[in-house]
Amino acid sequence: MKIKVDERGYYGNFGGAYIPEMLYPNVEELRDNYEAITSDPDFKKQFDQLLKDYVGRPTPLYLAERLSEHYGAKIYLKREDLCHTGAHKVNNTIGQILLAQRLGKKKIIAETGAGQHGVATATVCALMGVECIVYMGEVDMARQKPNVERMRILGAEVRPATSGSKTLKDATNEAMRHWINNPTDTHYIIGSVVGPHPYPEMVARFQSVISAEIRTQLKEKEGTELPNYVVACVGGGSNAAGAFYNYYDEEEVALVAVEAAGLGNTTGKSAATTTLGKPGILHGSKTLLMQTEDGQVVEPYSISAGLDYPGIGPVHAHLFETGRGTFYSVTDEEAMKAGIQLSRLEGIIPAIESAHAFAALNQMSLKPDDLVVINLSGRGDKDLETYIKWGKY
Amino acid sequence: MTNQKEIVSKAEMNRIEKLFQTKPNRVLNVYFTAGYPKLDDTVSILKALEASGADLIEIGIPFSDPVADGPTIQASNDVALNNGMTLKLLMEQLKDVRQKVSVPIVLMGYINPIVQYGIERFCEDCAARGIDGLILPDLPMFEYLEVYKPIFEKNGLLNTFLITPQTSEARIREIDNNTSGFIYMVSSASTTGAKTGISEEQEAYFKRVNSMGLKNPRLIGFGISNKETFDKACKNANGAIIGSAFIKVLGQEGDMEANINEFVNGVIR
Ligand SMILES: Cc1ncc(COP(=O)(O)O)c(C=O)c1O
Repeated sequence: MKIKVDERGYYGNFGGAYIPEMLYPNVEELRDNYEAITSDPDFKKQFDQLLKDYVGRPTPLYLAERLSEHYGAKIYLKREDLCHTGAHKVNNTIGQILLAQRLGKKKIIAETGAGQHGVATATVCALMGVECIVYMGEVDMARQKPNVERMRILGAEVRPATSGSKTLKDATNEAMRHWINNPTDTHYIIGSVVGPHPYPEMVARFQSVISAEIRTQLKEKEGTELPNYVVACVGGGSNAAGAFYNYYDEEEVALVAVEAAGLGNTTGKSAATTTLGKPGILHGSKTLLMQTEDGQVVEPYSISAGLDYPGIGPVHAHLFETGRGTFYSVTDEEAMKAGIQLSRLEGIIPAIESAHAFAALNQMSLKPDDLVVINLSGRGDKDLETYIKWGKY
Repeated sequence: MTNQKEIVSKAEMNRIEKLFQTKPNRVLNVYFTAGYPKLDDTVSILKALEASGADLIEIGIPFSDPVADGPTIQASNDVALNNGMTLKLLMEQLKDVRQKVSVPIVLMGYINPIVQYGIERFCEDCAARGIDGLILPDLPMFEYLEVYKPIFEKNGLLNTFLITPQTSEARIREIDNNTSGFIYMVSSASTTGAKTGISEEQEAYFKRVNSMGLKNPRLIGFGISNKETFDKACKNANGAIIGSAFIKVLGQEGDMEANINEFVNGVIR
């Protein structure tokens, strides 16, 4: 089975571009130009250079010996937490700002949940001297305060999304509305593999550097490019898509996607889309979606603002439907424990999003000679307040 | 296979087509959100609008994430959903609407609630209630042509696509070829209710499209709020659509019917 986007932007039954006409010219411009622009040698050179000198790539592939010993398998961590700005999100924003420049766009907008994508966007806008507005749910602004101030220090304007549930979904609505109102001079940097085609595929390609590096690094360390498992958390699914991308068609590599189960999947306070969702349409694509019988989008819940989204990228809905991906869900409690465990065993405080990926190790039946790569998507600095409130360390 | 019902529905002209044949100018289309301000207001609003002279009525199916809408219509969606409005309930409320009003009615809605309801069932239920047309702003053209169009046609439902000032001439032609009933001309690059007044630039766009010789009638919407903007829109189109300004009227104190009557008469007078 090949995992590939088709001409109309579908991965199997999921994807597409479900947008009002007001967004059509912008999305069409992107769709018609992104492949030519991103495959241009000049673009590639600049992108690779910035990833190397500015972001600090390649990020290490680190053999976590004490964690390996604990779980009885050989576990490598892909250290996206060591990227400039502290998470994988910057791989995408570097790509998109270079694209926006080539499209002649003068202003940038973005949505953010945890604030990591907002910070990564504010960062590249500062780097390029471009005006930047970031929409963030009012609720998220309160729980991710340090990132709000980081964006402001970087010169971005942070606009609270006060509609609906005031979280990531609503920040995305507001960013789309802003784009409708400013169609010619503005580029919308979406932060995950969501949105109308071509965003999901474009963002996945910018993030695919993660799995390209894993293959090279694993070959050096283990003599094979192919681990038994690649594990990543899924909010919208960009770090997972990046970690899976160059393994989609390697059937012997299990792709393990970990969703947030909040207080538990039967409590009504969860964000585990593949468990609780049905096919539906939100933010421009057909995907799995948490919704009522009437088709109203349900408010998800997770302790982690970056996983608190009622959908997943269409490629993940496809991986789920076809069985190519294995999906687990992890509660707040399990994730927090895994975060503390990683801190104690390896001296690495992970982002709470990433901690979900580590908690899934408890649900996998690992064998001693299994090779596991976990995508450590971000560092925990932004989550200190949540760790402190949690307290059990 | 042709059955009796299909022959009848083809022979009867759709109310929207009839409207534009008898009244090619100054058509007033008024939008309201089903379930706002109160859950059971749907039929009373329809009656009051018809009585006060609205030519066409657009009933909005509320959605949790209306990305093309500004604050006024967003808020009406939230209120409607909090009141308990669902598509199922709306269909219930419209059950014998044709015994109460004869004005053409279109349903407008984001696609997800309709997909969950089931597109075939949705269209059949619309036909059974005498709904004349649909506006589904986030339905892609190719999917309409390949999947939805035959179902719409079987049920006698016309389909309206939108154009904006940014829509290319080629795409306007494509939309004109695939629209039935009327084209919804979004007056500016904006969400609903965002701008007030009509600029010269907007009028130039109205004129440009007016001179294209399109097959379908055009109604201009977004930012039409009173007599002045309605009159300006009607100079270069077959009529106009009022949404946010009417939602504000529904939110006013006092007798709803009287408020509706006063507002509509103020616009078309
Ligand atoms: C560190 C980190 N990991 C993961 C995510 C989830 O996003 P995605 O699923 O797109 O990787 C976020 C989002 O904010 C994040 O900050």
